[in-house]
Amino acid sequence: VSARGRSGWLSLAVVIAVAALAPLAFSEFFVSVVLTKALWLGVAAASLTFLSAYGGMVSLAQVGIYGVSGMVYANLVLADGGNAAAWSPWLAALAALVIATAVGLGFGAIASRSEGIYFLMITLAFSVLVFYFFSQVTTLSGFGGVNNLDLPSLVGDPVQDPAPLYYTTLAVSVLVFLALRYASRTPFGLALQGLRDEPARMRALGFDVTRHRMLAFGLAAFVAAIAGLLSVWYNRRISPGSISLAQTIDVLIIAVVGGLYRLEGAWLGALVYALLDNYSREYTPEIGNVLGPERFNTLIGIVFLVIVLLSPGGLMGLWESARGQLARGRPGGSSPPGRAAAGAEGDPATGGVK
Amino acid sequence: MSHATDSDRDGQAPDADLLAAAGPAGTTTETELPPGAGGWSPQRVTLVAIAVVVVIWLLVKGADDPRKFAVVTLNGLTLAALLFVVASGFTLIFGLMRVVNMAHGSLYLLGGYLALEMQDHWFKQEGASGLGLSLSGNDETTYSLVSWIVPLLLATAIIGVIGVLIQQVFLRWNQGQDLRQALITIALSVIFADQMLAAFGGISKDIKTPTDWPTSINLPGDVRFGFFRGVVVLGAALAIGAGLYLLIKKTRFGKIVRAGVDDRDMVATLGINVQLVFAGAFLIGALLAGFGGVLGGTMIALAPGEDTSFLLSSLIVVIIGGMGSLGGAAIGALALGLVDAYADVYLVFGDTDLTNYSILLTFALLVGVLAVRPLGLFGRPA
Repeated sequence: VSARGRSGWLSLAVVIAVAALAPLAFSEFFVSVVLTKALWLGVAAASLTFLSAYGGMVSLAQVGIYGVSGMVYANLVLADGGNAAAWSPWLAALAALVIATAVGLGFGAIASRSEGIYFLMITLAFSVLVFYFFSQVTTLSGFGGVNNLDLPSLVGDPVQDPAPLYYTTLAVSVLVFLALRYASRTPFGLALQGLRDEPARMRALGFDVTRHRMLAFGLAAFVAAIAGLLSVWYNRRISPGSISLAQTIDVLIIAVVGGLYRLEGAWLGALVYALLDNYSREYTPEIGNVLGPERFNTLIGIVFLVIVLLSPGGLMGLWESARGQLARGRPGGSSPPGRAAAGAEGDPATGGVK
Repeated sequence: MSHATDSDRDGQAPDADLLAAAGPAGTTTETELPPGAGGWSPQRVTLVAIAVVVVIWLLVKGADDPRKFAVVTLNGLTLAALLFVVASGFTLIFGLMRVVNMAHGSLYLLGGYLALEMQDHWFKQEGASGLGLSLSGNDETTYSLVSWIVPLLLATAIIGVIGVLIQQVFLRWNQGQDLRQALITIALSVIFADQMLAAFGGISKDIKTPTDWPTSINLPGDVRFGFFRGVVVLGAALAIGAGLYLLIKKTRFGKIVRAGVDDRDMVATLGINVQLVFAGAFLIGALLAGFGGVLGGTMIALAPGEDTSFLLSSLIVVIIGGMGSLGGAAIGALALGLVDAYADVYLVFGDTDLTNYSILLTFALLVGVLAVRPLGLFGRPA
């Protein structure tokens, strides 16, 4: 194990320890509304970041997939609205994971034949179509959503005691992080990174690029399906509005703000998002109709815009370049994450016009 | 897999995109066939079989009630016309600059809202009573022709300017980084959507047509259809389609655009100010979004969420038609408009009413086209 790898494990252990002790230090409100939410949003964003960082695919279908997972769960357990099939929550969760992953594989089969910006547009269309589907089919989404979902006993009642759900979400987050990082180092993950950088060469080497992309998409869909489960456990309800384009873009914002090139970025972005969501309203100056407590979306849009304009590597990119400069001891030296700083999708040939 | 392989191999040439309607004669024939996949693949046979079944189904339904069928078809055509106006701007920008303008829907909605505000503030001529507006207001308020045309032109122009500003301020220095540009326009669309909600509220509104326009027209076969939809929107879309075709095909600007689509660097080397051409293309694209917004605000409604809806429609239209192709945008708009209209009415089988699931047909259309042509009907490898 290299020194860098060891320090990576160490910082992961520290983060987990701090997170595990958080319920002792913070109020129940903070644990529930900020930390738990940040963790499950982080899982959702991680499914996007994984595809982007290792596969070079920026997918906007993740919210569509987690919507399928959440809706399946909501319809299979006891609930107000929807089918209320009253299955056992664990069985319903399993079914939700299977169905959402299958839908994700289907999406992947179509979308993985395209690349770059086409891929982004096609997956965006998928996500919005899922939203419209559940908006139209009220037998599944209920009028005003499906409410009061039955939860697994492990999670208990988050309103009474948020700790069990918090620890569940934390454990799942850690597992997802480790699993995705492990996946990226398997032959499968290495080949995925290969075809991110050089699809033509990988094809020449005999890889089935399309199928490889599709399987990576399926893996990410499985993670997104987990996020969908966590989100309905957290909210105890789901409505078409909670999987709308706005949510798709929120997850994208989280992934981009955290950093599209590092898995950790997903949770970092989610934490920033949850903090802003809860506390920015108190500090936002009120400027007429334009800015104020009501205008959270404007604020988050501006944050997103600034990050995209200034640091395409997101906060992780900022952190890495700062660390790189510290390590070198000479500010202004060339920063290591060169790949992250350049728009990786951009073609070198088109840069010449500037 | 063979055509996917080809498209990827060509992936090294980023600017080989084509405005199909404008393409030189030699290349149009080439686009008729997918590269490397002539003949009848099983996918293609399946799709043709499905298409035949759908057509027969429609004919059976149509024979039942020809008048209803005519009206539904006209609904589809007029929706397609509106979609074409909006999506052609989207595809024009993409074809030349490879910029996916995710704020296109926002420009559409903002155009509609601006026109509505102008109409409300400047042209609302109250009837006798100033009070009790909410109930009887509509009957007593009259609108002249000017009160529709002036907001239309002004709002369209303002949106054009906003579009150019977006391109100059945010996109110009990111040229070639298409993902980053898409993210920037997504951020802008989030801000736009929230600001429009703050400024114009969440209630659905619409722009009023001039009072002296007829509400409907009579067509042969005793079919009545809305005048605005059937004449104004359809006419505007045809005019815009013809105008764009002439602009791209017959003018010097169009010649430069076509050349720029094929090889931007070469055009720049020849001493043409490419930046000016880009700004011009973005202006036209935004103008079309704004114009579409006023048409749509009159024909359908203006409300939060319409920006999403038209962004999605534009996406689907250009994904089906092939990104960067004007002809593809027309075909894609027709396909989407007609599928939407028929699915809303004819998805009834005996007692089972499946019209709720109509969105699945849109999805099936998208998937069906992508299964056979991963780059859309008229798309060429990017």
